[in-house]
Amino acid sequence: MSYKFGLYILKRFGMAFLTIFIVIFMTFFIMHAIPASPFSSEKARTDATIAALEAKYGFDKPLPVQFVNYLRGVFVFDFGLSTAWVGYTVFDLIKGGLSYSMRIGFSAAFIAIVFGVLLGALAAINRDRWVDKIIQLITTALVSLPSFVVATLFLLIFGLWLRWLPTISTNPGGLVMPVAALALYPMAYITRLERSSMLDVLGQDFIRTAHAKGLSKFKVLFKHALKCAVSPVITYAGPMMAYILTGSMVVENIFSVPGLGRLFVNSMLRTDYMMIMGVTIFLTLMIVVMNFLSDVLYKIMDPRIDLE
Amino acid sequence: MALLEVRDLKTSFFTPMGEIKAVDGVSFDLDKGRVLGIVGESGSGKSVSAYSILQILTPPGKVVGGSVKFNGDELVGASEKKIRDIRGNRISIIFQDPMTSLTPVFTIGNQLMEAILLHTDRNKKEARARAVEMLGLVGINDPERRMGQYSFELSGGMRQRVMIAMALACEPDILIADEPTTALDVTIQAQIIELMTELQHKLGMAIIMITHDLGVIASICDEVIVMYAGKVCERGTADQIFYNPKHEYTKGLLRSIPNIESDDKERLIPISGMPLDMLHMPAGCAFAPRCDRAMKICLTSQPQEYFVAQDHISACWVNIQEGIQSGLIKLDENGGVKV
Repeated sequence: MSYKFGLYILKRFGMAFLTIFIVIFMTFFIMHAIPASPFSSEKARTDATIAALEAKYGFDKPLPVQFVNYLRGVFVFDFGLSTAWVGYTVFDLIKGGLSYSMRIGFSAAFIAIVFGVLLGALAAINRDRWVDKIIQLITTALVSLPSFVVATLFLLIFGLWLRWLPTISTNPGGLVMPVAALALYPMAYITRLERSSMLDVLGQDFIRTAHAKGLSKFKVLFKHALKCAVSPVITYAGPMMAYILTGSMVVENIFSVPGLGRLFVNSMLRTDYMMIMGVTIFLTLMIVVMNFLSDVLYKIMDPRIDLE
Repeated sequence: MALLEVRDLKTSFFTPMGEIKAVDGVSFDLDKGRVLGIVGESGSGKSVSAYSILQILTPPGKVVGGSVKFNGDELVGASEKKIRDIRGNRISIIFQDPMTSLTPVFTIGNQLMEAILLHTDRNKKEARARAVEMLGLVGINDPERRMGQYSFELSGGMRQRVMIAMALACEPDILIADEPTTALDVTIQAQIIELMTELQHKLGMAIIMITHDLGVIASICDEVIVMYAGKVCERGTADQIFYNPKHEYTKGLLRSIPNIESDDKERLIPISGMPLDMLHMPAGCAFAPRCDRAMKICLTSQPQEYFVAQDHISACWVNIQEGIQSGLIKLDENGGVKV
């Protein structure tokens, strides 16, 4: 087991390296294929200025050389300098944005998972009764509504009409709306996953065995059924965590959160190659790590799963 | 007073197509330490009767009438708490398919200890010791190691042994075995039946053996109930049912068993026709459409249960007619039967 597990970890590491390499390769050459340059702006710059700038950032060298130089940097966590935010390294900018994104992301992920699982279980237990119908109606609506609609509606209702919450995230209480806007979609999605998986489990023979043992309904549901029914949620929650923790472009822009998502959008608008590359690599890394963690958790929850 | 008294038990499934009367007025007694067999084809209401006793029916199934008395205490309509105290403690059940009857994500030990901790005062250590003891008792080798294994790591026969260990861990008064051997290999079937007989002698619990395997019934049961379409059609001692069956359905069942001693050219005689559509029950005897000896009255009126011998009861118009002819039964002034 432990030998096999070691081999498995090794294999996953290899796959992760390969994935990240491919992502770097593709982003790098796609970025450099677009006609805009980081130094094109409304302000007219002389050719000499641009040449000097390109030399400073190393953009004057042939592409393959730039690519190798970039890869060399990535190995020591040097993602280069930002061209849009002069004087900052990509690493520092990501670190700064991440602290805001994570603050919102962790709360949102926690709410999404806990409430999603509970609501899904509640709906399954009360199948076809009014509780189930209401949960289904709301989650269907939330899953179909794009986050920019939800976020804008929040802003309008709670920020402007009712004036309950500040519209800017840095004010006290300002994190409530972005967290809610970020959590609602995954929560609704998890609710639906958990409901269908719970319904499946509740129809299984071992649930009858658990009842026949004399266990209380609560214990049957929350010990025997829930542990079996939570597997699809784990599979979904891995990548979801990666996306939520690295910040939502839409939600962060609407609520003016100076997080990674907003940073990403701005670096794209300003064709900041280095930033775009850095954030993309970081997102890839997060997805790889979260997928791995969710696979391990999956195995812990369901011993039948063979990680090989 | 019998240990378990079931009277006129009625259980229905309320489906969108209509009400299915899966159990329709079943009565029986079970005395301490006795083995009662319930036989019948699929859909005859055997398993549903058992689930109704413990009230572990899944919706849309519901007990709609009758009475189940355990040690004189009424269980139908009793509180959830009271029934939970009996389930797995005084009355245990093992199921047809051991492959799916254990929770896949908890160890065998965890599931065994769960019942023991729930119903006894034992602490965790004592419960563990008891669980290991039970695994040994049901003939599982290396019980200590098995405690940490999951159900998917065991064979079907092993799992059924674990189910039996779990059911008997709290020394119940009654063990309900719902087709315990149907899903197993023939050799394993024999082992499990042997194990149950042995444990019954050792622990002295009463058993309700539900099966469609008449061989199993013959080998271990004291009394037998034959069910058809949710009703009891014949009941008696195992000997009476096997050697002197009265009801046409029972006779048909026995004719359809292969006999190892007969010469191989002899053909089995199946019961003709199809099992009933429970949504559209006939007005008369449920078996009449498939019965070779059905009379006019069989199609219009349901037969009552009637003693054909001491402790031997059949619900069949043919038997009643024979009774009238031999003068054992008299018709009352309305043309009804006086038993």
